[in-house]
Amino acid sequence: MRVLDLNLVTDEVARLCIEANYFIGSDVLNKIKECQKTETSELGKVILGQIIENDEIAANDNVPMCQDTGLVVVFLEIGTEVKIDGDIYAAVNAGVAKGYKDGYLRKSVIRHPLDRVNTQDNTPAVIHTKLVPGSDKVKIIVAPKGGGSENMSALKMFKPADGVKAIKEFVVDTIKNAGGNPCPPIVVGVGIGGNFERCAELAKESLLREIDDVNPDPIAAALEAELLELVNNTNVGPQGLGGTTTALAVKVETQACHFASLPVAINLNCHAARHKEVTL
Amino acid sequence: MIKLTTPLRDEDIKNLKSGDAVTITGVIYTARDAAHARLVKLLEEGKELPFDVKGQIIYYAGPTPAKPGQPIGSCGPTTSYRMDSYSPAILDQGLKGMIGKGARDSKVKESIVKNHAVYFAAVGGAAALIAKSVKSSEIIAYEDLGAEAIRRLEVVDFPAIVINDCNGNDLYEIARNSSK
Repeated sequence: MRVLDLNLVTDEVARLCIEANYFIGSDVLNKIKECQKTETSELGKVILGQIIENDEIAANDNVPMCQDTGLVVVFLEIGTEVKIDGDIYAAVNAGVAKGYKDGYLRKSVIRHPLDRVNTQDNTPAVIHTKLVPGSDKVKIIVAPKGGGSENMSALKMFKPADGVKAIKEFVVDTIKNAGGNPCPPIVVGVGIGGNFERCAELAKESLLREIDDVNPDPIAAALEAELLELVNNTNVGPQGLGGTTTALAVKVETQACHFASLPVAINLNCHAARHKEVTL
Repeated sequence: MIKLTTPLRDEDIKNLKSGDAVTITGVIYTARDAAHARLVKLLEEGKELPFDVKGQIIYYAGPTPAKPGQPIGSCGPTTSYRMDSYSPAILDQGLKGMIGKGARDSKVKESIVKNHAVYFAAVGGAAALIAKSVKSSEIIAYEDLGAEAIRRLEVVDFPAIVINDCNGNDLYEIARNSSK
């Protein structure tokens, strides 16, 4: 059985925190450039131009593309053939602290939601763990999430009778109400099914996908395409100031659920759609 | 493109209309959630603010730490609605401009008209680009708040868009209504 080097986990998490904040994904940047060509609002085109310029400055100068360098969300996929000798969560948090110090990233995390004292090192991260049977690898995905877009997210427990129509209205209304707050163009993650907490995780996980990929499930794929069109017809536009580029993508993830339930969560991401990963 | 210099004069504000693209040069002050709470508490206690807000612009921003040799880190706008409950009291003290992102509530909009002020948006996320316009940065109050401390920034050609002008127009509403 392979033993995981927890010092390596710390170093890699630190590196991924910095890279996720400095370097926009090429898939995302290309998508924004594509949308700038089709955007019908002149102001919208100017805004998309500023975003492209900003992301290029950040990458060239090694500085964060956004001042809100986020609460770090870490997804660990741990093979069952890997032995973990120690506290992997402590190793991850040590990596976050190191990355946010070394990378001159903003420390936005407070120790208690009600006393609101800053922890000064951006820990603790929110960590999700999944076991992968038979694998001897560990995959680490680091996704720093800003407050502006996270605050505009929503969750609702529908009746099964409400159906797809109600889900579509929920998504469109959430995005209209959010307006410019989540820094559109946004990436929209929609989790459907599971239960109360699982649908929120599904929505978050969907934001880790490549910007142009399509869900292999044809029902989810059709909904993704339809929702993207509906969302881009809202005229929320870049920064909420009108236009055709409200979302770069809509991602839908589904899971089995109770026959009495239809849980739906919407997690909004800003245009930066930050996430980086490594497999150890 | 309209070039503004701070402090803002009444005639500058009178000529600004929702949708105008502007650049701002001069001194602006950063303050966000926790700093606003302290400023308004001082006003409630009848005490002086740590800087004179008359004619000035407050920028809702909490920058990343500056790298060595740089005046400031990345410093884009934060979402403004969280400051809504505080802004009217500060506008009543003579504040003339606010920079953030996202819509304001009706009380802030009324206060903008009443106090002959203006609300600008900067592009959310364009923090590395905006940092290029910041020439110097100095913490002038609440250092203990870290990224939320009040900073005095000297800026040259800071890019912004007029959202709420002094005549009660709102660019977000204009954009929303044009879709119907």
